[in-house]
Amino acid sequence: MVERHRREETPQAPVALDDKGRALQLLLPEILAEFQPEVGAAVDLVVATVKPQDVPAVCRLTKEDPRLSFDYLMCLCVVDYVEHLQVVYHLYSTTMKHMMVLKANVSPEEPSLPSVIALWTGADWHERESHDLFGVVFEGHPNMNPLLLYEGFEGYPGRRNYEMPEYREW
Amino acid sequence: MSTEGQLDTIHMMVNMGPQHPSTHGVFRMVLWVDGERVVDLEPHIGYLHRGSEKLCEGEIYAQIVTLFDRLDYISNLNNEMLFCRSVEKLMGLAVPERAEYIRVILCELNRVASHLLFSGTFGIDAGAMTPIMYAFRDREKIQSMFEAVTGARMMHNYIRIGGVKGDVPEDFAQRMGVLLGEIRQGIDETDRLLSFNEIFLARTKGIGVIDAETAIAYGMSGPSLRACGVPMDVRKDQPYSVYDRFDFGIPVGEKGDSWDRYYVRVMEMRESLSIIEQALEQLPDGPTITPTRLVLRPPQGEVYVRGENPRGEIGVYLVSNGADRPYRVKVRPPSFCNLMALKELLKGTYVADAVVILGSLDIVLGEVDR
Repeated sequence: MVERHRREETPQAPVALDDKGRALQLLLPEILAEFQPEVGAAVDLVVATVKPQDVPAVCRLTKEDPRLSFDYLMCLCVVDYVEHLQVVYHLYSTTMKHMMVLKANVSPEEPSLPSVIALWTGADWHERESHDLFGVVFEGHPNMNPLLLYEGFEGYPGRRNYEMPEYREW
Repeated sequence: MSTEGQLDTIHMMVNMGPQHPSTHGVFRMVLWVDGERVVDLEPHIGYLHRGSEKLCEGEIYAQIVTLFDRLDYISNLNNEMLFCRSVEKLMGLAVPERAEYIRVILCELNRVASHLLFSGTFGIDAGAMTPIMYAFRDREKIQSMFEAVTGARMMHNYIRIGGVKGDVPEDFAQRMGVLLGEIRQGIDETDRLLSFNEIFLARTKGIGVIDAETAIAYGMSGPSLRACGVPMDVRKDQPYSVYDRFDFGIPVGEKGDSWDRYYVRVMEMRESLSIIEQALEQLPDGPTITPTRLVLRPPQGEVYVRGENPRGEIGVYLVSNGADRPYRVKVRPPSFCNLMALKELLKGTYVADAVVILGSLDIVLGEVDR
């Protein structure tokens, strides 16, 4: 039988930045020049990828630079790409009303990067959740106790290679 | 003989929840109190953790809508709409105008239902037992309307990728006209009964105050943030669907205390009713869904979509690798971020106010724990 549905190449979602996005895309490499970010775009968002150890310094700059002023951490999450774990920060500015994505790749064997809790207090539970589900250690976080899982839970259920345990009666 | 300086003050630990009626679900917090004052607290969540985000990775896109229903089970339609919008954005799928209007009408109706539930239960938290009877009476009418349109009182699975499941009943406009009048009257009744009640004011005014800067640092959103005077609303800041076609205001508070958080919601209900009326007037004819395949394969890429839920700003981060199932789904639940600020709100207050302050945040544990 002919495999009709099989496609040789997966199509990419087209990039469609708005005016604010295009302005950010030009501005970011200039402001973050010392950290050499890879600035790109995903659909309607500007994405900057930096080294994990630079994350707090980059975040401080994006928060305090008046042209960016990202004062609102919308979302912090981890995506498991098997060969690396990607920590993704979605930032928003309540004054300028624009948003950007900051990414940092860490190794799945020893995933660790500095915490950003000093900049946005709201990073607290997001970082604890990422630690629970993906095992990413956020250095400098005051409390890394389990948040969603119970004490003594083994494994990182968010990762792709996590095997669901068999059902058992409690 | 004075023993001053020799005896230490010991803070007493008080455990509250998870089986506590005023925690609105399964939420536990450990309070350390000095007499009647709260010195410190440690919130514990996760009792309702079902791994919804992980489950999404194993389902086809059409099935995930039902999982989003179960996150914030008080505002199902808002959640459904958010996920459908994220897939539509990734695929570049256009939604028929009529479907957008139906979505907006139902989502705003859902917002009113959610706020009605809040105003009732918040009254109970503050010791007023009657308002919930009125609030539930009106909410019940909205639920009946949902049943007539979607076929279910909760967990509707009505908003689909590309539109909505089916058209509204023939007598929809007429029934909505009656319903809106009844709800408006009901809101006024609850407002007169509770909002400016002397005892209620004493229990909520100046209790659990948070300033705008701290609230933003915690990532608070929705009515809880607007109570601090920050007019942040996704419907205005980044208008989605057809929200840019309606004329509505964003009510804000002044002090950021529990009463402001309550009254912002009361004012929001009236704004929502006005949006619904405008949408009913403009409701165009036409198809209600763009036909798609059952098994969708969106292109490779990632989107982050924001929406305004009754509880605040909800976001979904959807990563696709071109397969028929998403690679990663991350939800940014508003209750999760609002609840984080509880520590800030509770410190230094009386134990008796803990219940009121927690109630004023209007959390739903289904989306906190996911």
